Amino acid sequence: METGSLSIFLAMGGYAAYVWPAFAATAVVLIGLLVISVRDVRCREADLLRLRAEMREDRREPTGEA
Amino acid sequence: MHRYANPSRVMRLSRLLVPWLGAATAVLIAAGVYLALVASPADYQQGESVRIMYVHVPAAWMAMFCYAVLAGASAVGLIWKHPVAELAAKATAPIGASFTFLALLTGSLWGKPMWGTWWVWDARLTSVLILFFLYLGYMALHSAFDDPARGARAAAIMALVGFVNVPIIKFSVDWWYTLHQPASVFRLGGPTIDASMLWPLGLMAAGFTTYYLYVVLLRLRAEIVAGKIRALRLRQVHG
Repeated sequence: METGSLSIFLAMGGYAAYVWPAFAATAVVLIGLLVISVRDVRCREADLLRLRAEMREDRREPTGEA
Repeated sequence: MHRYANPSRVMRLSRLLVPWLGAATAVLIAAGVYLALVASPADYQQGESVRIMYVHVPAAWMAMFCYAVLAGASAVGLIWKHPVAELAAKATAPIGASFTFLALLTGSLWGKPMWGTWWVWDARLTSVLILFFLYLGYMALHSAFDDPARGARAAAIMALVGFVNVPIIKFSVDWWYTLHQPASVFRLGGPTIDASMLWPLGLMAAGFTTYYLYVVLLRLRAEIVAGKIRALRLRQVHG
């Protein structure tokens, strides 16, 4: 793409100040929500594994002493 | 339906579908954005500003679709005490709120150059703002109780009462004199817009739908795991 046609594209026929923020905000919100959701799943699945390991150890301790 | 009542089956389904839904979302939205920004024509009246439509309209459709899911899942949860339905409703709310926020924001960015104002209190805009507050109210009510079951019940009842707003949004442009234009895709007699604009619109709508399924399955999994953690902690405390 030539610099001329790129700057025409970016100018959006004079509506750049409205078109680009609309697309940028959509990207930010949708990607942000996705990142939060993925992090939530990973955190909680790690918590669950840790908790299960803890409980297994608790159960083993008394039998080990007996 | 009770085949899906089993949380471990939902977990398996989520693990299986999530990668495919993520890939489908990326492809559909990439193609949609390309057509929307590059390969589709400018409008003969609105010029290049019409490109905002390709995010605004699908976001507004998803805002209403998510609310219909929220209300439907809430009803199933209330009537049949279906645990997965309750969690699906809870997982849907933030996604619907995000789409509603985007519909309002991009609509405002489109309204300024076309109508000369960021906002008017016409029936369509006001009813969508109410939809946004319904989502926020649902989420606030859900977390307002110490007992999660009571929070879920109160929020579900609110979601059902608020459903009356959805047909009001859809028909607001026909019932009242609004600055917002009437429907041009889902109307009797078929769409009135050209195929060159219908394609990017359809691709973006499809991409937003797979995005919803992708994120709701992730959030549903997080909710199911959180429930297991709560149950284990209770068992730990009570011996």
